[in-house]
Amino acid sequence: MTTTPARSKQPSTKARPDQSWQLRLYVAGQTNKSLAAFANLKRICEKHLNGKYQIEVIDLMERPQLAEGDQIVAIPTLVRKLPPPMRKLIGDLSNTERVLVGLNIIPQHSEGRHED
Amino acid sequence: MKQAIRNSPDILPKAPTGITGLDEIMQGGLPRGRTSLVCGSAGCGKTLLAMEFIVRGATRYGEPGVFMAFEETGQELVTNVASLGFDVPRLVAQKKMLLDYVKVERNEIEETGEYDLDGLFVRLNHAIDRIGAKRVVLDTVESLFAGLPNQAILRSELRRLFRWLKDKGVTTIITGERGEGSLTRHGLEEYVSDCVLLLDHRVTGQVSTRRLRVVKYRGSTHGSNEYPFLIDRQGFSVLPITSLGLDHEVSSERISSGIARIDAMLGGKGFYRGSSILVSGTAGTGKSSVAAQFVDAACRRGERCLYFAFEEPPQQIIRNMRSIGLDLGQWREKGLLQFHASRPTLFGLETHLATMHQTISQFQPRVVILDPITTFAAVGQTVEIKAMLIRLVDFLKRKRITALFTCLTQGGSATEATETEISSLIDTWLLLRDIELNGERNRGIYVLKSRGMFHSNQIREFLLTKHGVELRDVYVGPAGVLTGSARLAQEALETANRLTEEQQVQAKQRGLERKRQALAAQIAALKAAFADDETELRKDIRQLQQREERLQQECHLMARNRQADAPARAGGRQHHT
Repeated sequence: MTTTPARSKQPSTKARPDQSWQLRLYVAGQTNKSLAAFANLKRICEKHLNGKYQIEVIDLMERPQLAEGDQIVAIPTLVRKLPPPMRKLIGDLSNTERVLVGLNIIPQHSEGRHED
Repeated sequence: MKQAIRNSPDILPKAPTGITGLDEIMQGGLPRGRTSLVCGSAGCGKTLLAMEFIVRGATRYGEPGVFMAFEETGQELVTNVASLGFDVPRLVAQKKMLLDYVKVERNEIEETGEYDLDGLFVRLNHAIDRIGAKRVVLDTVESLFAGLPNQAILRSELRRLFRWLKDKGVTTIITGERGEGSLTRHGLEEYVSDCVLLLDHRVTGQVSTRRLRVVKYRGSTHGSNEYPFLIDRQGFSVLPITSLGLDHEVSSERISSGIARIDAMLGGKGFYRGSSILVSGTAGTGKSSVAAQFVDAACRRGERCLYFAFEEPPQQIIRNMRSIGLDLGQWREKGLLQFHASRPTLFGLETHLATMHQTISQFQPRVVILDPITTFAAVGQTVEIKAMLIRLVDFLKRKRITALFTCLTQGGSATEATETEISSLIDTWLLLRDIELNGERNRGIYVLKSRGMFHSNQIREFLLTKHGVELRDVYVGPAGVLTGSARLAQEALETANRLTEEQQVQAKQRGLERKRQALAAQIAALKAAFADDETELRKDIRQLQQREERLQQECHLMARNRQADAPARAGGRQHHT
């Protein structure tokens, strides 16, 4: 993976340090996958987002009508509402590398160079 | 049969689709509370079938339905099905129906670990509970394969979904795209084991036909053929037009052909109602005119006629028939006559058959004309055309509709052979033929066969006049059959001969009369002479009698004068003697 050297050099780089992150985690009941997803998300955010984040957990078992709005099919799904564009991550967020890529926390190689 | 299936508790309960013909094929409908798969290639009508299932369920059977679309947005769907007369927004407003568009965009999604499709389950469950749905459509769930990369998870989740739907007790249709060598691209048929419908859109000879087949229906009998179907303004209609068998009731009612002499040739009464009539002949022998006469007669009786024209537009038929004194336009205006003109190459045979079925079922005619059937040769093989016509004839006979087919035979081929070899289906066969003689071409007609009635074996000359079709006896003499001007000449000759003979007879009769008059005159003269003689003689007799009387009187006087007394009288007498 091309981003590996960049990440190892700057492990705590934030994409936009001034920006607040708004994340929404959809779960359906207190399943193992849901709990794992929440724990993984919390860990990643603590490590990489430096407190500038907000996590909203939506349990579709309680509020099924909310599934339509964000086109939720798979559970768990993490939606990055802010910063735009909207991104969706499905799964229990156990693959940290993919979560970071998916949320664009570690900028792409070219993008990162441009920002620097 | 449908009732029997529904009433019996042992047999699989069914949910009627409300789609014309489909419930007949499936003997009641889709398996209730189970999942059925509708598969087919792109553009074959899967979505429409599924949509009609939901709409009919909501409007006719009081079963609300959820339509979960994966490919089209709700608005697109609403627009697409509006052309079929489905008012989806109204049904949605009445909470009889719910549209849910599920969008799965591959490039928005990143897989980060274990997941399941509970989101979909939750949405579906919520939608079902919101309107109390009894029917569900997933169109088409295969889109998930494009959106979600982990096939293993997806497959196990789909299996769980179908089981869940079954537990939920909703009757479900899932649609699937036709794959290479399998029913669906992603093998959905593995998960749906109860009922599989296959839609097909085949193009043969540049003509496309839509077909439907019930591939599988566990726990139920079903029609196993391929059935053509139509999608039109009334929605989806499947036409279960296999041969319906030969057990239809027959009528012994007779109806006029519209041409008195043809009726006369057919035992004096015309065709049987509900029979199939073939009028065959080479080009320009007047087949359509015979058909038009029949139509005219039927409309005059107040019967509805349906005229399928495959070669001429209706206006042209009306104009042409006006030239032989038939005003078909008036019947059309009165709604008794309906034309249905289309080129045979417009659709495939099956679609034609399907269209004819539909039109006949809607218009409910008593007489149907197909003019001509031979043009179907352009879109099908002889065997196929025959198969189609058998089914059409069976259908018409079951409805007791009298059908008249015209058939163009090629010059040169045997006149008794029809292009489409349908003679065995036909009850009454009128054959029109050209008779060429003395540089003239005239039309002849005869009854080749007519089942169940005595019919004439004579060829008649067939004339198209300003007052319609007329038949004349042809002259059959030593020189052969004479028609046209040869017949007229022969008739003139015969008329002259007859005239001469008549004159001779009249002359002889006059002679006889004269003789009788002469005789009578003579008798009168003799009688007069006799009367004269008689008078004379009677006068003489009277004179003689008077003279004797006078003589006796004189004798008395003489005796008295001679003083003869009584005795003397005797003496006197003696003396006198």
